[in-house]
Amino acid sequence: MRRSRGAFASRLAAISFVGVLALAGCAKDTGDGGDNASGGGQGQPCELADPPAAPQGSESNTEENDGGDVDASDLKVGLAFDVGGRGDASFNDAAAAGVDRAEEELGVADSKETTAAATESEDAKMSRLRQMATDGFNPVIAVGFAYAESVKKVAPQFPDTQFAIVDESLDGDNVTSLVFAEEQGSFLAGVAAAYKSENCHVGFVGGVNTPLIQKFEAGFIQGAKAAAPDIEIERDYLTPAGDLSGFNDPNKGNVKAAGQLNSGADVLFHAAGASGKGVFQAAKSKDALAIGVDSDQYKDKTLADTKDVIMTSMIKEVDVAVFDFIKAMAADDLDSLPERFDLAVNGVGYSTSGGKVDDITEQLDGYKQAIIEGDIKVSDKPE
Amino acid sequence: MSVLRTRLLPPVLAIAFAILLCSIALVISGANPFAAMGAMAGQLFEGTTAVDTINSATVYYLVGLAVAIGFQMNLFNIGVEGQYRFAAIVAAIVGGALNLPPVLHAFVIIVVAALAGAAYATIPAVLKVTRGVHEVISTIMLNSIAGGLVAYLVSVDQFGVQQGNSVSTEPIPASGQIPGISFGAAGTIFGFVVIAGLLGFGYWFLLTRTRFGFELRASGLSPTAAAAGGVSAKKMTVITLLVSGAVAGLVAMPELLGRDYAYGINSTTGYGFTGIAVALLGRNHPAGIAFGALLWAWLDKSAVSLDNIGIPKEITTIMQGTIVLSVVVAYEIVRRAELAAEQRRVGRALATEPASVREGGTL
Repeated sequence: MRRSRGAFASRLAAISFVGVLALAGCAKDTGDGGDNASGGGQGQPCELADPPAAPQGSESNTEENDGGDVDASDLKVGLAFDVGGRGDASFNDAAAAGVDRAEEELGVADSKETTAAATESEDAKMSRLRQMATDGFNPVIAVGFAYAESVKKVAPQFPDTQFAIVDESLDGDNVTSLVFAEEQGSFLAGVAAAYKSENCHVGFVGGVNTPLIQKFEAGFIQGAKAAAPDIEIERDYLTPAGDLSGFNDPNKGNVKAAGQLNSGADVLFHAAGASGKGVFQAAKSKDALAIGVDSDQYKDKTLADTKDVIMTSMIKEVDVAVFDFIKAMAADDLDSLPERFDLAVNGVGYSTSGGKVDDITEQLDGYKQAIIEGDIKVSDKPE
Repeated sequence: MSVLRTRLLPPVLAIAFAILLCSIALVISGANPFAAMGAMAGQLFEGTTAVDTINSATVYYLVGLAVAIGFQMNLFNIGVEGQYRFAAIVAAIVGGALNLPPVLHAFVIIVVAALAGAAYATIPAVLKVTRGVHEVISTIMLNSIAGGLVAYLVSVDQFGVQQGNSVSTEPIPASGQIPGISFGAAGTIFGFVVIAGLLGFGYWFLLTRTRFGFELRASGLSPTAAAAGGVSAKKMTVITLLVSGAVAGLVAMPELLGRDYAYGINSTTGYGFTGIAVALLGRNHPAGIAFGALLWAWLDKSAVSLDNIGIPKEITTIMQGTIVLSVVVAYEIVRRAELAAEQRRVGRALATEPASVREGGTL
């Protein structure tokens, strides 16, 4: 096709000389996609921009924050899950892991979990929170922004109970907001995708087209473009806003992902909850790569058969946030929590299991440092 | 006496059967059925759950009526789901943009919602009478389209306002809201419950006291007989679907005007399908639908209460499913039994031996 001029387009070259390599004669891919499913000799890797300098020693400042001597044995934690609940291999599971860790390390006395149904009315969410608060659970943690209205209304009725909500910023004396800089983590996913793409063509698959998922999209696109200004990007959402099935429909994920792969993309990033399984399967059947989301999906047992294609995952440390919140609450020091869990506090990040991004961690850490220092500003709205 | 028995025996049997079946399921899954039933009954005495149950039942009543109107004429309006969501977003946008005196404002919003619901139901109606497209097919597809339309209209580029991670329409000002009946700490019952009751009465009056209602029921019972009697099947189809759509348009109004004041991406979906179950439970009778709506709402609330005491909340879904299925089966059994009894009675009254088929008797 029109990209066949680059006879010396060796992917190895691109990978090892990243940042310096300027592929002479690399025709810009203008098109609406060709039929070159995944690499081969047809596409060419991206012409990469110079990455920001990596921090010296490139140590990721993980002050592993263990239980210490905080004692939380007088806390009874109530956990209200969003649709899916424990076992969704994603967001809810991460919150559950945070509470599990608090039980182990901080000696939390008791915890209770309740789960939302797929099509329930607002008052069901309110009664769930109310019942836990009435039963003496304190703190009560609401997982997911769908609880925003309910927390707003229920929290004032229980002034002695501390509420926390994941993924939404709320005001209130007894409400703690645990929010993340998804766009920053996704930026790094975009960079990694650009470095690993053999066609200079990547894709984003979102679950439901809501502002929260658009943050992932926005960061991913900015990251990919920062690393490779000429990159081509496919973007699709599985369902429109209001239809939550997009987070739980691997078949749809598979179909959309296959479509993106057919039009030439070869690295896909999904932010689609349980639908991501379908994205991974599509990537596997086309020998392409994929990027997981929320937790280190390479290690996920339910995804074991497709883990070869998971080159990295955009990590959102919901478990750390939940754990830190419980710990801060036990220590009576809620002000110590960050306003937003971003790259600077390792609230978001990328995973390295599987070893597929080991060769580009220096570049990724460079971008990470630039974001932390404010040299790169990541917008949370897709252009 | 016999009429009452025919009407009330089946649902009682169905509920008893559902409780039995669910108890077995609970025992198998290792939970105590008595604890479950206790929690389900006990929640009604917590003020908030009782209020929530009535509020949900108000919504279910409206959606049940919308479906039942179609059922009267053997029209299966699965599109109530799409019609109510489309109407809700249109009404919320109009209501948020207008500035009218109280009462009038709310009235306008309600009328807009009914018109929008009817307008959306016009599509399957026209398709059916002009092209013969079955309403089940067209309305199912229109449900998906409504989902897309709602997402489009509520997006920030159109009429949406973003708050945190959520997007919804401009809130409806106080003049457009319908005040509820407050029960203090227990919550507030939607003021719309009164309107729902009036609609139920209107439905009963329309069906049993008007010519239209007679024609509607006649068309449903026997289209050929109705046609022979001078009833235009096409006209009846269009009017029925439009009225069904108009009532569907009101489904989201209790929550919109009584609690949320805006329609957004977190607003509840799926009421349309609940309506089918509620109408089936209520046998399309206005009082029956009210009973079905209350029962359904109570089971829904039970899901939260059961989850709270660690019993799988899916048990309520099983119970809902069994109740609908057993109600349908039970009515059919009772109907056949009554029919056989009737035939025996008539046979005894007419002659010493029943007429043979050749002479015009039945098998």
